Amino acid sequence: MSIMQAPVPMFSFQLFVAGDTPNSVEALGNLTRLCHEYLPGCHEIDVVDVFREPARALAEGIFMTPTLIRLAPSSDIRIVGTLGNAQAMFQALGRETVLP
Amino acid sequence: MKTDRRFQKQTLTKVPTGILGFDEITGGGLPRGRTTLLVGGPGSGKTIFALQFLLHGIEHEEPAIFVAFEETPQRIVANFDNFGWDIASLHPNQLYLLDAQPSPDLIQSGSFDLGGMLAALGAQAKAIGARRIVFDALDVVLALLPDAAAARREVYRLHQWLLERQLTGLITAKDGGGDGGASIQQPFGFMQFMVDCAVILNHRIVLGVSQRNLRVQKYRGSGFDENESPFVIGSTGFDVAVARKLGNVDAQLINERVTSGVERLDTMLGGGYYRGASVLITGFPGTAKTTLSGAFAEAACKRGDRTLFVSFDSDGSEIIRNLTSVGIQLASHSESGMLRMISARTITGSAESLLARIKSLAKSHGARCVVIDPVSTLSKSGNELTAHGVAERMIDWTKAEGITLVCTSLLDEINVHNMGTPLQISTLADTWIHLSYLVQAGERNRGLSVVKSRGTAHSNQVRELILTDEGVTLADIYTAGGEVLMGTMRWEKESAERVANEVAEVAAQLNLVRLDAEEAVLQVRAKAVQTELLAKQVEKTLLTRTRESREGELVKGLARMRVLRGADAAEPGPKPAK
Repeated sequence: MSIMQAPVPMFSFQLFVAGDTPNSVEALGNLTRLCHEYLPGCHEIDVVDVFREPARALAEGIFMTPTLIRLAPSSDIRIVGTLGNAQAMFQALGRETVLP
Repeated sequence: MKTDRRFQKQTLTKVPTGILGFDEITGGGLPRGRTTLLVGGPGSGKTIFALQFLLHGIEHEEPAIFVAFEETPQRIVANFDNFGWDIASLHPNQLYLLDAQPSPDLIQSGSFDLGGMLAALGAQAKAIGARRIVFDALDVVLALLPDAAAARREVYRLHQWLLERQLTGLITAKDGGGDGGASIQQPFGFMQFMVDCAVILNHRIVLGVSQRNLRVQKYRGSGFDENESPFVIGSTGFDVAVARKLGNVDAQLINERVTSGVERLDTMLGGGYYRGASVLITGFPGTAKTTLSGAFAEAACKRGDRTLFVSFDSDGSEIIRNLTSVGIQLASHSESGMLRMISARTITGSAESLLARIKSLAKSHGARCVVIDPVSTLSKSGNELTAHGVAERMIDWTKAEGITLVCTSLLDEINVHNMGTPLQISTLADTWIHLSYLVQAGERNRGLSVVKSRGTAHSNQVRELILTDEGVTLADIYTAGGEVLMGTMRWEKESAERVANEVAEVAAQLNLVRLDAEEAVLQVRAKAVQTELLAKQVEKTLLTRTRESREGELVKGLARMRVLRGADAAEPGPKPAK
């Protein structure tokens, strides 16, 4: 694996969680682990709790929790669920930008 | 777990849905602060039902939220414009439309829940003070969940969320399709057990005719009408057909009479139809059923009653033209708007939808009299099973509205013998007029008889129905030797009788003259005899007097003679002859 060879752009994520419900906790754990493993030092995660900020959820159209939004790089990609499937995550997050 | 809540006493109150008929079935509407599940196949009217429920709430100051999982709110707004529901003009504080469609680009990885949506909705519901909420096509989002257990958990979460907020919730979901049967297919079958009220909509095709039915499957803490009730989606939304329940207030009775349009028929009925009565005119094709109903319509318009004429046979203009030939003028009433002609010649569809259309037309026209020609159309193919119920409800409806209903019914060969109508309306109608043909002496003549007329004295006689340029009239028929005479035979009989009458009259006159003459003669004779009698009496008197005086003279003479002769005072000899 030669992930770190190419210049890696900054990754920016927004994760909408529903308090500390099991799905949300699991998703946050999975995301943090993946980022640490594959995007060390080039990611930021903004966790939004829909219970505390329902207006933001409404504005973003977040109806299922947890929902991960990739804000950067490039376009808006949304992944719903506990983010347990790493393969799906790679595909979704743009494996091409991660793996040269 | 909100155990404290479970033991709080809650009285079950109901939220009216504003859906015609549904509130009657459920005794008031959906359970307030509870969850109702609405299940139906594609195109069964779930969204319409749900939205109508919300709009009714908005009319009554109950803000509402509509969560659309399947369609964009914009499309829903556009679709419901056709029903005359101007959703676009509603303020978001009255109706909040939430587009909750799962994005097609959505990537799913692992399990999720609806916490986000509920949190967002909770904030919104609080902000606008929502009382009613609809989750339209919840099955769409449930299907994304990885397993049935997760789906179940989310429905439970939703249910709990609704209960906590005391929102009256309506969840719509598709059923498995197919039979439209009693229970929806898995995996959402459990929803029916969880909710407080479950309503099933189904849409069947019977012999090519669409039949919609609604059934309340369960309703916790309340009685309800358990049967399937037909419904239609009309121009103003849902219309569920309900028969009047026991204990409902009877329609107000009206003793006013309205004319049938034929003077002699009014006489036969003791003054005409009752207002609000249902009149059935049966007969074979061509027995002037339409003419008779046209006469009624004309009389109604003249009286100033707005009238709706629904024809399943021919165009309105055709009827107007045809009836002109028998002196029934409907054109001016049609132009003035008093009469509304509806032609539904090629109409197809369920009897239920026909009734709904007639009802809405009558309502928009403000009709006090309705003519349906012929009502037997209701039982056209595919509707045999439902037509009877529809006819019953139609009569019930007109009675409740005080509308005088005249409907014609075609009798076909099958029904000739029992005289019954295919719809069995004859038993329900207040007045039943039967028209028949009498074929005799190479003629076909129309006969009219009143089979029954509730509450009015009516003639037991068959009359001949005559159509002339001046109008419709009835003539007495002749019964001769146990045979009924009509048409030319009646005319012949009538004219023969006229001639016979004249002859008799002349003979009587002659007789009278002759008797007068004889009387005169006798009187003259009597006078003569009387005069003669008088003469005789005079003569007799004279004669008597003459004799008396002669006798006196004779006695005096003898005495004188004796004195002269100095003879004896006594006569010795025989007495002198007189």
